Amino acid sequence: MSDASTTRKYPPGTHPDMPPPLLESGAIYWVRKNLLSSWTNVGLTLAGLWALWLIIPPFYEWAYADAVFNAADRSECQSLGDGACWAFIQERFKIFIFGFYPEAERWRTILTFALLFVAIGPLLFDNFPYRGKAMLFSLAYPFVAAWLLLGGFGLTPVGTDEFGGMLLNLIVGITGITFSLPIGIVLALGRASNLPAVRIICVTFIEFIRGVPLITLLFLASTMLSYFLPPGTSFDLLMRVLIMVTLFASGYLAEVVRGGLQAIPRGQYEAADSMGLKYWQSMRLIVLPQALKISIPGIVNTFIGLFKDTTLVIIIGLFDMLGMGRSSLADAKWAGLSSEVYISIALFFFLFCFAMSRYSLYLESKLETGHRI
Amino acid sequence: MKRILLGATAALAMGATAASAGTLADVKARGTLICIVNSGFVGFASTDKDGKWQGYDVDYCKATAAAVLGDPSKVKYKPATGKTRFTILNSGEGDVLWRNTTWTFVRDVDVKLAFQGVNYYDGQGFMVNKKLGVKSAKDLDGASVCIQTGTTTELNLADYFRVNKIKYEPVPTENNEESRRNILAGRCDVYTTDASGLAATRATFKDPENWVILPEIISKEPLGPVTRHGDDNWSDIIRWTKNALVAAEELGITSKNVEAMASKPGNNPEINRLLGTEGNLGAMLGLDKRWAVNAIKAVGNFGEIFERNIGTKTPVGLERGLNALWTDGGLQYTPPFR
Repeated sequence: MSDASTTRKYPPGTHPDMPPPLLESGAIYWVRKNLLSSWTNVGLTLAGLWALWLIIPPFYEWAYADAVFNAADRSECQSLGDGACWAFIQERFKIFIFGFYPEAERWRTILTFALLFVAIGPLLFDNFPYRGKAMLFSLAYPFVAAWLLLGGFGLTPVGTDEFGGMLLNLIVGITGITFSLPIGIVLALGRASNLPAVRIICVTFIEFIRGVPLITLLFLASTMLSYFLPPGTSFDLLMRVLIMVTLFASGYLAEVVRGGLQAIPRGQYEAADSMGLKYWQSMRLIVLPQALKISIPGIVNTFIGLFKDTTLVIIIGLFDMLGMGRSSLADAKWAGLSSEVYISIALFFFLFCFAMSRYSLYLESKLETGHRI
Repeated sequence: MKRILLGATAALAMGATAASAGTLADVKARGTLICIVNSGFVGFASTDKDGKWQGYDVDYCKATAAAVLGDPSKVKYKPATGKTRFTILNSGEGDVLWRNTTWTFVRDVDVKLAFQGVNYYDGQGFMVNKKLGVKSAKDLDGASVCIQTGTTTELNLADYFRVNKIKYEPVPTENNEESRRNILAGRCDVYTTDASGLAATRATFKDPENWVILPEIISKEPLGPVTRHGDDNWSDIIRWTKNALVAAEELGITSKNVEAMASKPGNNPEINRLLGTEGNLGAMLGLDKRWAVNAIKAVGNFGEIFERNIGTKTPVGLERGLNALWTDGGLQYTPPFR
């Protein structure tokens, strides 16, 4: 006891926290716990490292160390280095982005894209400055965008057949996403409705859409429609695609939202009724806010799928980014550089889809109310 | 059920054909020609760095637009895959198909298409890696074969291997690029398509010397322009535009000297008739009398188009071969302009 009192430097209860032992904290602890906790894990870790070793150094050499960034054609590229020929992507970058959009008018597409952020900002983030007034702009945005892209009223008109590249992916994707959500919600409510006529119409529509592949619908829109319309009527191809993509996505969204609606306990509906709320009031104030919150992952899933499906427009002769890539690959000067093209396009799609999925995680954590089971 | 559906589709197709009987009037009213092309085929149709279409078939689209509308730039290109091309044409979403399409009996008669001549004589061949040591297509027993779906090459392959009792495993692909990647990655032993396509594909390899095109050419592939059944005036325009370009080569008219030759009637009456300084061939087609002049000025004669896009000086590097003029031992021949 007396020995202990001589070594003690602190009064009882005031000893400061010591750092944890070296093996139980920091990077070493993390590695031990996550990578080396058992012999199986040691094996898996080694296998993983070996796989990375097989993939990363050759990829780095191909994509950067041996790559050629400036060349006039493929044979020059191959004479300069064994790696990727990014010179091709550099030369084609503009048409991958803008497609056939006239060069002198391309500032309009950039402006439209920049304004898009102003328009969706207040919708996505509730701490956006001047949110109320900005919402008005969001409502007007589709018309502003259409005017900027198509021209007229003082701007040089640009035909929709000149749209292409990433521009086309974004137009189809964003239009589909924007309009399919409200339609999908209405369809989901219709399917859950007590009115037989409404319910049957919604069920038929949803089941039809879900029973037919998107390619078939697009093909129907592009070629079969002209059999049904009176001769001489022309109906803009891009417009048909936008309508089809929107309807397709809304059919799927309706089912996602229905899943959310069914997860709401019966008591919530009854509570709303007992408060004397009308149908739309109870939906708007009680049911939908909860149902949509539950449905967020599913909704974003559908959106990401929709965005990737925009590449299917190549089937009906519209040139999205992938289509521009393919037709560029057939240029005799460059033919054969498909890896470079496909990797660039994949990177572009990854950026957009990853952004969407991160936003959905942010939204989920913001709306988290602790009810999660 | 399938039969009923096919019948219904055919009936609809005929209805649509009848409805748009005046393609020439439609094109003139619209002010642009809608030309269906390949969505990407080396040498025949591709986009350049400004997104402009270029290639052998594309030049014929330009020639057609120049003949009909007087301006080779008034073309809207409608890219199509092997499977969608005829539907797009028959539904009236395009005016003419210049898309390396093989003229066959069934397509001409049963699919109700109208073929308007041959702008490229091709034939199906095989390409293998030298490592395999294959010298003839007859040695290909048990090979896996990369083949584009929806094309005549698919059917020729089945015929040829059945006749020669060779077993094979098809590896279906959607386009040339996909086949190219498959054979480079070793997912198939053989790539079969038209010999022009094989040569063009081989030219893009890093080691073209290690690949051999086998001697057998197993099919006739006459590639040419296609229009819808039932619009004879429009078909005449397509057929004679192509003929005019062949005639121009025969008669020594090029994109450079055509203006000079068309400025006043010369000594050769056939040249005069072709270039509209004598007679009224253009008016008979319902076109301007300078229709052929415009077409030749826009893209040059048959030989110029060939050499610019797929000839020996281009990366594709094809010889004229069967596509030389009949006077040089080839098959390109035009009925007289009379």
